[in-house]
Amino acid sequence: MTDMVAFNLNGRPVTVTADPGERLSHALRERLDGRDVKVGCDAGDCGACTVLVDGKPICACLMPVHQAAGRLVETVSGLAGGDPIAAGLCESFQDFGAAQCGVCTPGMLVCATALLRECPEPDEKAVMDALGGVLCRCTGYRKIIAAVLAVRAPEERLREGGVGAAIRKTDGLAKVEGREKFGDDIAPPGTLEIRVVRSPHAAASFEIGDTTAFLAAHPGIVAVQTAADVPGCNRFGVIPGFLDQPVFAEKLCRFRGEAVASVIGEPPALRALDLDDLPIRFSRLPGVEDLASAQARDATPLHADRPGNLMCEGFVLQGDPKAALREADVTVSGEFQTSFVEHAYIEPEAGFAQMVDGRLELHACTQAPAMDQEALAGILAMEPDRIRIVPTAVGGGFGAKLDLSVQPYLALAALATGRPARLAYTRSESMKSTTKRHPAIMRLTIGANADGAIQAFDFKAEFNTGAYASWGPTVANRVPVHASGPYRVGAYRASAKAVHTNAPPSGAFRGFGVPQAAVAQESLFDDLAEKLGLDPLEFRLKNALENGMPTVCGQVFERGVGIGACLRALRPFWQRERAAAKAVNAGGATPGVRRGVGLACGWYGCGNTSLPNPSTIKAGILADGSLVLHQGAVDIGQGSNTVIAQIFSEALGVPISRMRILGADTDITPDAGKTSASRQTFVSGNAARLTGEALRRDILGKVNAAPDSVIDLRAGSIHVRDDGKSHRIDLARLDADREGYVFRAAETYDPPTRPLDENGQGEPYAQFGYAAQLAVVEVDMALGTTRVLRMVAAHDVGRAINPLLVEGQIQGGIAQGLGMALMEEYVPGKTENLHDYLIPTIGDIPPIETLIVEEPDPHGPYGAKGLGEHALVPTAPAILNAIRAACGVRVTRLPVTPARLKAAIDRGGAT
Amino acid sequence: MTYFAPNSLDDALDVLAAGAQIVAGGTDHFPAAGQSVPDRDLLDITRIETLRGIWPEGKDQGGGWWIGGATTWAEIRDADLPPAFCGLQQAAREVGARQIQNAATLGGNICNASPAADGIPPLLVLDAEVHLASVSGKRVIALSQFLRGVRKTARHKDEILIGVRIPPARGLASAFEKLGARQYLVISIAMVAVAVRLKAGCLDDLRVAVGACSPVATRLGALEQRLQGTPVSGLADPALVRPQDLSALAAIDDVRATAGYRLDAAAELIRRAMTSAAGLAVRHD
Repeated sequence: MTDMVAFNLNGRPVTVTADPGERLSHALRERLDGRDVKVGCDAGDCGACTVLVDGKPICACLMPVHQAAGRLVETVSGLAGGDPIAAGLCESFQDFGAAQCGVCTPGMLVCATALLRECPEPDEKAVMDALGGVLCRCTGYRKIIAAVLAVRAPEERLREGGVGAAIRKTDGLAKVEGREKFGDDIAPPGTLEIRVVRSPHAAASFEIGDTTAFLAAHPGIVAVQTAADVPGCNRFGVIPGFLDQPVFAEKLCRFRGEAVASVIGEPPALRALDLDDLPIRFSRLPGVEDLASAQARDATPLHADRPGNLMCEGFVLQGDPKAALREADVTVSGEFQTSFVEHAYIEPEAGFAQMVDGRLELHACTQAPAMDQEALAGILAMEPDRIRIVPTAVGGGFGAKLDLSVQPYLALAALATGRPARLAYTRSESMKSTTKRHPAIMRLTIGANADGAIQAFDFKAEFNTGAYASWGPTVANRVPVHASGPYRVGAYRASAKAVHTNAPPSGAFRGFGVPQAAVAQESLFDDLAEKLGLDPLEFRLKNALENGMPTVCGQVFERGVGIGACLRALRPFWQRERAAAKAVNAGGATPGVRRGVGLACGWYGCGNTSLPNPSTIKAGILADGSLVLHQGAVDIGQGSNTVIAQIFSEALGVPISRMRILGADTDITPDAGKTSASRQTFVSGNAARLTGEALRRDILGKVNAAPDSVIDLRAGSIHVRDDGKSHRIDLARLDADREGYVFRAAETYDPPTRPLDENGQGEPYAQFGYAAQLAVVEVDMALGTTRVLRMVAAHDVGRAINPLLVEGQIQGGIAQGLGMALMEEYVPGKTENLHDYLIPTIGDIPPIETLIVEEPDPHGPYGAKGLGEHALVPTAPAILNAIRAACGVRVTRLPVTPARLKAAIDRGGAT
Repeated sequence: MTYFAPNSLDDALDVLAAGAQIVAGGTDHFPAAGQSVPDRDLLDITRIETLRGIWPEGKDQGGGWWIGGATTWAEIRDADLPPAFCGLQQAAREVGARQIQNAATLGGNICNASPAADGIPPLLVLDAEVHLASVSGKRVIALSQFLRGVRKTARHKDEILIGVRIPPARGLASAFEKLGARQYLVISIAMVAVAVRLKAGCLDDLRVAVGACSPVATRLGALEQRLQGTPVSGLADPALVRPQDLSALAAIDDVRATAGYRLDAAAELIRRAMTSAAGLAVRHD
């Protein structure tokens, strides 16, 4: 038996030398230039690596390459280029917005191609069966199903358009054809690799022995790095004053999965290395697992300067809630508990670093290139301008790729060895070491008058912030500002503590704690409506914020408060679905199955809380007439590449097809801030609008044309048509700047906010977005299983810059909310993979109707509001309320697993 | 290290006798291996034609069925089989997702011996026999005897599971019920297979097996005995299965569910599987 393996790859014979037992995915990616095959888990749990072997879909990570010998292997790039069915799918996926980040897309397209070859006219169930083995974390699957079903009768969709046009994504083609380069797709094969040694215990001390002797005994291993090898400050973080996380632990490990060392080596030597052979000895220490033990009187603080393990606390107070509660006619109280939630993007963190002319060039998946640059400057003791961050395509982020992960290890390896280096986290490494959604324990009391007007609201939350600060301070500050929901609630007190435990750092995850708070508030709103004998929707509408009403922070929005409009949009669906559920339950068609309809609302402030967060967008026109947009707002799948271009196009008056879009790249794009806090459409969108307007003003000013003139960009010239008159600007005759631009503009936008005072009063955000969602569920009373049958989501987005992408955000957010409600619970040491940690599959997401509401925002570009996080906020409570409506049981602990719901049903009350 | 992929069983047995590790569909092999590099020769048994396929035995062999050890779950799922196999085919549809079913094998599912292996309960209710071969000969062992514990079987290191024989199952109809916290790609919280043969509208032969509620999937002999003769019309009774019927199980608490829930769910799944197996038997009567 030889190690040469011959097979047919996408129609051409290939021969590859491979190790015995090597995964087909590895051979394809590293030996056959097949980077279109994406690896998400190496365990058959995510399906991203699906290829066809003799026409059948298999996970390339689970097939030894030798098993492919003599067979036909087809991957997405081959199919897209050579199979008419796959080519049709590529078009359809783009038309429907079925690819967001694009990292699962190769797996989806390959499975769909196999299905359509066998069955040209599948129904929805057949599509689900065929695609059930591929996880997607962005889209909520519905657009993927629609795209597959529509292939046989394609509808032409828009490819060009400004604000309001449902155009395809500008970067969609590369994603569907498998050409998109993600974090692990940049490094050339053979690049030095890195493995990180991590603590096996939640709390441990450790000793590092003689690494020199270890290196001498392990040819091919180039270096072992530890805290001693960090040239600058061995601390990072994201909030000023809270930089507390070491790149490599020093003496103590504070969570399972914390890095203590990295090993850099040639790929074969590194792969053969057993990390347990390193001279590192861990000793387990007692630690604190949960909020109660962390705050016990005798608990040792994780950080000496944070007694009681209290990291920080946020607070908002308006009026006298205690007195108001005493005077209220009706009160309800509850305690709610949520779990760690894992981001579970399909692309684990990965990147590549090299030294170029004495500068560090780092390619990695990230949501925050400028923050990465600043953080690395501190860690490496380098000037920021000697560090170039080039974000790769990001295979999902949702908040966790705001923090550093692979970046410092890559940078330190490239600096120390002078050679290029790469690092891709394994799935379990990604799950162990990166941030999570904060588990929360929330206690809430609400009081109302007999007529249904809310008078008092008292909310107290503790958030498990894990071992290090990360975005914990943001959660602690955001939650009290949002815990009321989009309502007028009278006297208000809300506090949120962030408490350290020996767990992975909790950080940013779509909503920064607001989805957790909404679970408590929206659940109790249903209890309150019931006590008052009011319809849950009408009760919410009665208390909904309106234009001109102060929020709990005393902020008054004169325009753009859209929660009432969302509820009114939902009302006909609410009435119809409730009637239908009543009829179904009375009919008893399926004994033991009860249907229920639930509703919940949400709001979310876009941008940083009372802190500056400017974005700059730059554009220029070259002498040859080409228009270049420097777009630094990182697109993590949500669509900023497209939305920013649409806004810029609208402001300038030049179609997107005439643009070259560059970035993000810290060398060539100005800082457009982080992709977080639902801020890119709003903040960077405004910068794009201002830049487009400025460029337009300059062009028109050159020929004194009227503001409504038409700009026609041609080779070497610009023609301006002004009410019948035509002007020609010969670009060759203009002076070009250093970059060759004859026209250029770079504008900055920073949302107007005001600081919060000691009672949390002020203007935390320049705008809020609003949402109301309805869930229809069926509960199997004997098994405690919940099936969501339908969701209807009304979202006030101010102005839908791209309605197709708006729907995509809403559906994707709902899928994550459904997962949080019903199945997602990360337990360190127990669910560090994608088969013990469950996220929804294509079979779990019901049809989702999206109702786009547009209450223009005075600050937003063309009235637009942010959306990314809003989509998730109402989903879990809507499902919880639907479960309660179905079976009369209020579940207060998330996720509502079948076991938890069954226990609650058996007890006949709250859990 | 060498990768062997022989075409004949004899060659495979020789390689195995020399200490190789078997790989077939790879769906358990790679997740268990993680990022580590194999330290033994690998023996790929998927190119041995005689280990693949499903066929009825000749009358002289007793009229049972044979399923080759390297037969994939997709092949089992798509085969044209009598109602006795309905539960097995339902389980085949629930093994992972399509990608897994296209690669994963019957023998792998059995030899991996996961308590949550979906393929086991439907085979137990068919009284499946495991056929093993080694350089020193062949032997047959009941599946219920072959499975010894979590990840433990009676297979010797030099043995290949060449196939499973299902004894004559004429008149039997079976059903499978799986409970997980999501659709597709889900490890079972509990699952149940039931096979029934009816006589005059009553259970003449009842077989019940439960998975994921004990270290190995378990037949519930006492329950089978107790419900012998129950009329089909009586299967709808929600109290048909009692807690003491499940005393052979030993469910545990884990991240998926509590032990108590598992047993409650198993009772309900048994009831549902009995109803659908009986319904299938009535239709094929």
